[in-house]
Formats: sequence, structure tokens, C-alpha cells
Amino acid sequence: MSEAQTQIPVTVLTGYLGAGKTTLLNRILSENHGRRYAVIVNEFGEIGIDNDLIVESDEEIYEMNNGCVCCTVRGDLIRVVEGLMRRPGRFDAIVVETTGLADPVPVAQTFFMDDDVRSKTKLDAVVALVDAKHLPLRLKDSKEAEDQIAFADVVVLNKTDLVTPEELAKVEATIRAINPAARIHRTTRAGVALSEVLDRGAFDLSRALENDPHFLEAHDHDHDHDHECGPDCDHDHHHHDHDGHDHHQDHAHPSDIHDVTVQSVSLRGGEMDPKKFFPWIEKITQMEGPNILRLKGIIALKGDDERYVIQGVHMIIEGDHQRAWKDGEKHESRLVFIGRELDAERLKKSFEACQAA
Amino acid sequence: MPTVAPLDLEGHCVAAVFLGDVPHFALADGAVHRLDNGHKTVQANDGLLAAFHDAANDRLITGGEDGKVFSVKAGGEVTELASTGKKWITSVAAGPQGAIAYATGKTAFVRFADGKIREFSHPRSVEGLAFSPKGMRFGVARYNGATLHFPAAEGKPVELEWAGAHTGIAFSPDGAFLVTTMQENALHGWKLVDGKHMRMSGYPGKVKSLSWSAKGKWLASSGAPAAIVWPFSAKDGPMGKAPLELGTRGNSMVTCVACHPSQDVVAIGYEDGMVMAARFADAKEVLLRRQGKGAITSMMWDKEERRIAFGAATGDCGVIDITA
Repeated sequence: MSEAQTQIPVTVLTGYLGAGKTTLLNRILSENHGRRYAVIVNEFGEIGIDNDLIVESDEEIYEMNNGCVCCTVRGDLIRVVEGLMRRPGRFDAIVVETTGLADPVPVAQTFFMDDDVRSKTKLDAVVALVDAKHLPLRLKDSKEAEDQIAFADVVVLNKTDLVTPEELAKVEATIRAINPAARIHRTTRAGVALSEVLDRGAFDLSRALENDPHFLEAHDHDHDHDHECGPDCDHDHHHHDHDGHDHHQDHAHPSDIHDVTVQSVSLRGGEMDPKKFFPWIEKITQMEGPNILRLKGIIALKGDDERYVIQGVHMIIEGDHQRAWKDGEKHESRLVFIGRELDAERLKKSFEACQAA
Repeated sequence: MPTVAPLDLEGHCVAAVFLGDVPHFALADGAVHRLDNGHKTVQANDGLLAAFHDAANDRLITGGEDGKVFSVKAGGEVTELASTGKKWITSVAAGPQGAIAYATGKTAFVRFADGKIREFSHPRSVEGLAFSPKGMRFGVARYNGATLHFPAAEGKPVELEWAGAHTGIAFSPDGAFLVTTMQENALHGWKLVDGKHMRMSGYPGKVKSLSWSAKGKWLASSGAPAAIVWPFSAKDGPMGKAPLELGTRGNSMVTCVACHPSQDVVAIGYEDGMVMAARFADAKEVLLRRQGKGAITSMMWDKEERRIAFGAATGDCGVIDITA
């Protein structure tokens, strides 16, 4: 049929003004990493690099005409991506920088809802830059700052030199409370290894959850520790290989941290009855879609010798078989919702009711 | 039997047109190739995004990544008509009296033949541009509808509202109807005299190619595994009528349509590079080109109604001679 094009990975960079997006972008464009990036920005602004592949685009949020308020896409991205992809040999990947106040959801949904965009590109990861000093203030005055963190796969906690260790621990705990599934990197001057923000495959069902080897690990127990860190956290003050150190998990209760309205609900269960699970997840995402920012899960289906992975953004969900269960691997199902006004108890009960008899 | 004279190029063909009787192929890199006693090339934009065939002036208007608008004439004469800065030119159109329109972001510009330029700002991005065939009037496709401007006069524009993102726009040849393509899989139309709405939906894919038949009696469209052809000869357009489905295939989508200049026949280009012609009256089909490397993106008939220039997303372009 049509040309067998490889899908170009797209990284979405969110974060408030002053959080360090431009610094990170300049690094992506100038460091010698052997990859060429096309960058879509809202304003050419302070990017100090002359590059034909920096495209200025007016953020255009289009509600789809299907009666669903959360079905929004970025119309300008559809056009720009289409234009860029007509000359695909020029770059290996695309970075989309959003404005400080941007809602990351329409950006992400564009890569799922538009067939043309979807056939040529794939969302790689959503990276949120957070200013360690100003985050508490941001969370007080805007919903967007919280959404950006809640929606991120990777959080770059920047400007850590401007806060005390105690403040830093608190900010990180806040981020963790909003989003237990993201990786957090502490940095100054956006000095995160580019390999930690680019080519993450966070939306790739075959890779998504492999990135987080501790994804939704048992949290029946609560550790005491000096700071909370996430699945496979990788602060740049630790020098270790990724899987090498002992992680503690602290998940997912509606946060008691002031100014945080996003909560996460982590569910776990045994093998699921596919005849119950799929209608359930459909119904939940249809009914609760507007409240669900992200969902991710690994599902054990009764009678299926492969792991089933699932992810979603608002009402959009996709799932696929990922790989065979390994010998001795426990067949269990794990699912996390990040969102607002989620009824944790109801979710838990109805999820557990989907378990195979 | 139709014969195909291929022209294999590297890159996405944005527009395949005849200028004079010479086939021209404008590629996404901004090079305009032509078959004019051999293969010749001129460079227009540094990165071509939008092109419009200005039939009245026998030229191709191009807009691109370089923020510039060019006119390309037969023989390879390239003239810069406008420059807006670093931002992409995303849409171009040509109108009566040598006027052209182009858009970048939320702004549409009209450049009159004398070089005077007028600017039209909008609250949202300008997605598509088209001139009315009559009078100095042009339409902008935008979020939640279309806006009609009268660039030669002062006064307020006419706003046509319909929820959703409108991405492309075309007037019927008699100026009675305005049709937009949408982000969703549908067309929307307005009967301009009374603003009556026309919903044309049911497409499995986005509609990216529209073509009016001779005298505007029919509107052919892509976006389905057949060419969807709406009847527009009644005074209310296609309302309450079913469209024709021509050239139906089970395994490939229609990506491009081009109606014959005088007869009720449409050339249909498919995602796999095939080209067929189909007659409205009896749906009879003729194969014009077998499968190629990729989707047909542009087609145009010549004035003698004998040849079709075609371009593809994969660069395998050419000219079909239907009489040979």
C-alpha cells in the first residue's frame, strides 16, 4: 500500500516560562548526539541556534466535532507535521515545545487522533521541566503546572541549586504525589543527559512499561525514607546503572499536599476475565475520560500466555500484547490512573470484579 | 490504450500542473521540474508547502517554508511575489484580476496585480484560502467556520459558522456554493445566497482533494475507497441526495480527484499510485496507470483534454496520454 515509512519519534517539552525549556532545546540542537531534530516552537524567541528546521507555529487547539469536550487536538501541529514529513530525510526526530501555560493533552492526543500524523510519527515521551524554586507558587496559581507534571513521562526538576535540600525534597515529593509513574531528574541548567529525555519510547506499548521496571510495584508496605523517589528514579547525584539500586515506592493516594488536585489511583489484581475487563475499561474511559489524564497498565488475561499492556489519554485508550509471561513471573494485573476526582474505591471494586473466577 | 510517460523524481510532489502545454511538477523541496523537450528544473521556494494553479494567468503560485510566495510560469520563469518573514506560508490561492492570497499563521494577505498588499487578521489560524470566481471576494477556512472578505472594498467580513475545524475551502465555479474540508471526515457547505448548510459526511478518511466538474454540476472528493461525487446541479446542492461512488476499490483509498474539463468524467488517483478514469453517467471505469510507489497527490488535465499530469508522494510522477 503506501510507503513503508518509519514513524518519526516526537518528544513534547512542557514547562512554565523560566523552567529551562529553551536551555534544554539549545542543548538538543547543539550537542553532538548524531541525531538531527526538527523543532516546533511557539515563538522563535531565544533559541540561539540558526536552524532551518525550527518551525514557529501558533498553538491552535481544536475541539473535535464529536461532542466530546476532551477530544482536542493541536491543529497547527497536524499541518506542520504534514509539511515536515513531506521531506523526511532532513531530520531523525521532532521536538515540540509548548508554551508555558499549555495543556499537554491536545498535543499528545494529536498523535493518536489524527490518522495522517499517526501514520508518520509516534509520540515518544512528554517531558516536563519544573523550576524547583517556583513550583510551589506555580501550583498555587495554575492548573496547567499541575497538569504538565501529571501528564509527563519524564520530569526534569531544574534549578535545584536555588533551593535548600529540604525544599528540594518537598518539591520532589509534591511531583511524586502528582505523578507516581514519571521519572524525575534533578538538574541545574537543564543538565540532564539527553538520553534521559529523548528516544524514551514512553508511549510505545512494547517499551512503555519496560522503561519503568518498578512500574507499580508492590506498595503494600510504606518505607520511611528521607525523600520519595519514583520508579527507577535517576537523580543525577547518584551514579549508578538504572536498574541497579533499591527503590522504594510511594504511591498514589489523593495527595495531602496543599494545592495539588491531581491524584493517582493504583490498582492491582490477579488474572482478569477479558469479557469483563475490556467492557469495564471502555466504560470507565468513556465515563471518566475527562477526569483521566493518563492511565497505564499491565494486564494478565486469563488463558492468555502474553502480557497485555494498556495506556490511555482521556478517552483514548490503546492496548496490545507485549510479550510472553516469563517463567515464574507472577500473572498479575496492575493499572494506574492519574487524574482528578477519581473515585478510588469504586475503581478498585469494579476493577477487582473483572478478575477471572 | 492510455500510455504513461513517467518522470521519476525524488520527493513528495505537491502540484502536477500544465503551464501552457508543458507539464510541471512542483516538489516539496521547492524544485519545479518540467518536461519541456527534456527534463528541466527551476528552484522556487526553499521548501514548498502550498501551491495553486492560477488558470487565468497560466502560472503556479507557490508558498513555502521560507515565508515567500512565488509565481512560476511556463518556461521556468520564477518571480517572487511576496515575503512575510521566517514563518511558513501555509496556504495560497489566486483570484480574479491577477490578485493572489496567501496566509501565515492567523493572517491572510491579498496581493493585487499592482503589487499593493492588504492584510486580514483573524482570531484563529487561517487554514485554507480560496477566491470566489465572481467579484473580488475570498474565503478563509478557519476553526468553527469560514470568513468571507471583500478585499477591494472596506467593510466587515461575512462570517459563516459551523462547529469544528475547517481545513480547506473551495467555491463552486458559479460562486453559489462554498465548501470546506474538515479535520473530521466530512465536508461542509453553505449555499451563499441564504446561508443554508450542507453536511456531507460518511467518509472513512479525511477529505484532502476536491474537484468541480464542468460547469460545477458535480463535486468530486477523495477520502474514501471510491471517488465520492456530490450532485450540485439542483438549487439546494446535494441536500437530500446520495453521492455517486465511482472507481470503488477494496484495497486502496482515493487520495486525489481531477474532473475532466468538459465531460462528466473524473480522474481518480489512489493511495497505491493507481489512476483510473470513471464516467458519471454509467460508472464505467478505465485504468490509466497501474500501481506506483505511493499515493497520488496531484493531477491536472491539459486544455486539449488529452493528457493528465500526475504527481505522487513518492516522486514517481508522469503524464498520462489517454488517446495514444
